[in-house]
Amino acid sequence: MLSANLIEEIKKIQARYHSKKSACMAAMQSVQREKGFLSKDDMTDVARLLEIEPVEVEEVGAFYTMYNVEKPVGRNHVQVCRNLSCSLLGAEHLVRHMEKVLGIKTGQTTKDGKVTLSLVECLGSCGTAPMMQINDDYYENLTEEKVTVILKGLK
Amino acid sequence: MEKTLLKNVGKPDSLTIGAYLAGGGYKAAEDAFKMTPDELIQRIKDSGLRGRGGAGFSTGLKWSFIPKDPTLAKYLCCNADEGEPGTFKDRVIMENDPHLLIEGMIITSYAIGAGAAYIYIRGEFARSAKILEQAILEAYAKGYLGGNIFGSGFSLDMHVHRGFGAYICGEETALLESIEGLRGQPRKKPPFPALSGLYAKPTVINNVETLACVPFIISKGADWFKTIGPEKSPGPKLYCVSGHVNKPGIFELPMGTSLREIIYNHAGGVRHGKKFKAVIPGGVSAPLLIEKDLDTPMDFDSLAQKGTMLGSGGIIVMDETTCMVKTAYIINRFFSHESCGKCTPCREGTTWMTKILRRLESGTGRQGDVELLEDLCGNIFGRTFCPLSDGAVMALRGALKNFREEFVYHVEHKKCMA
Repeated sequence: MLSANLIEEIKKIQARYHSKKSACMAAMQSVQREKGFLSKDDMTDVARLLEIEPVEVEEVGAFYTMYNVEKPVGRNHVQVCRNLSCSLLGAEHLVRHMEKVLGIKTGQTTKDGKVTLSLVECLGSCGTAPMMQINDDYYENLTEEKVTVILKGLK
Repeated sequence: MEKTLLKNVGKPDSLTIGAYLAGGGYKAAEDAFKMTPDELIQRIKDSGLRGRGGAGFSTGLKWSFIPKDPTLAKYLCCNADEGEPGTFKDRVIMENDPHLLIEGMIITSYAIGAGAAYIYIRGEFARSAKILEQAILEAYAKGYLGGNIFGSGFSLDMHVHRGFGAYICGEETALLESIEGLRGQPRKKPPFPALSGLYAKPTVINNVETLACVPFIISKGADWFKTIGPEKSPGPKLYCVSGHVNKPGIFELPMGTSLREIIYNHAGGVRHGKKFKAVIPGGVSAPLLIEKDLDTPMDFDSLAQKGTMLGSGGIIVMDETTCMVKTAYIINRFFSHESCGKCTPCREGTTWMTKILRRLESGTGRQGDVELLEDLCGNIFGRTFCPLSDGAVMALRGALKNFREEFVYHVEHKKCMA
């Protein structure tokens, strides 16, 4: 079930476009922001609002990597860049260190649901490598010490 | 060189329309509305501005392909998908000087007759998107967006459209699909977006840095622009330097500055006293260059002559400790991950190449693997709708051309020589 607020927001999004279907991406982003992930039922609700088929929403959810489709993530989604500039400056080493600090492997979530650790491709911040993103925020010029403090400070 | 594109970066309140106006902002847009759209297009043509997203196509010429029919809806899309590994310039503009981009987009929309403009920004740039949305509201409040701008009768709406994790959406037709609410898979060209783009209507797609040049070409003139850099690729350019250098960062320099000057004079040279080994000049799709190539001017034509490309201006420097097999593996893994899956040679080919490179890198390579890689390159290149897998092939061929012995060493000794 989508909240009244979400339905209102999705209606506003539609006004930005020539076609209702264009609102699909932003609508799903709004749902994910409120609920943390996208359930099949929520995607069906989005489809109904936009007057498109549920599969049209589901295929968008499956294509773009930032949609957490039927896959809740921790309150803090830690995404570490594994691309070239970060790798040259020790990203792999940093990831091993983070796995140790968190007690999980990449792709896993801590038991208390606080942190999910993921590896991602380039985040467009190569001049401040190695770097990671936690939810919406970038953390740059990372070192083992810096990462330890950041991870321990997560709520 | 006096800073142009980055002149407001680091100034207090540079995000706000107040600070932008105090620095003479939106004056170029006001002047542009005193010109006819045709005069504007001619001005941009005269300036020699070429697209900063990578292709280097003449911006004025691109605008001139838009049909003049006033009854047709037209669109402008700003490509802010900045995803080419090694590139981090557009974010700097958006997060420090959003009104420069918006002003460039207003002028461009007027020149091509677009009634709606979208900024397609990669999903990870949540902060940039928020800043742009706020700046757009400010521009509406001042009457620079909305109805009857500068009393000209021209109206323009502008929106931010966030991607959500897909490198391929930096390809212009995939970007259009994504705005239409579809999976970001490239379209067949022709028809080109200038005739059939967003919602099958005439559309111009320009990169952030390209659009940020536009207000300066209006206020300072086409001749001023042409005085910077080489005759055929003029203007200021944002170079991003990352990897094994002392001072990584973004540097605004005249187009055509040599790699050596950028790496050693601006980025502080190779760090930790190590020796230079190789450099990727324009994002990971661009074939790497070696020591003897360092005096190459960083512009579209000079790099093309060297068999590589300026691309997005993302320079990645590697020192003597770098394993080129591992580098090739990381780059290929990226392309394989980002393949949209539409064309078989790309979808299957990049997956296969990554598998081979992974085993070479981990010391389980087989005799014939290097030849197999070369064979695969030939079966992928030029056989797809878009250039994603061409980029994968070009990058790998560049590495093989200069460092083939390292790949062979991995096969024979099951380890790295670097």
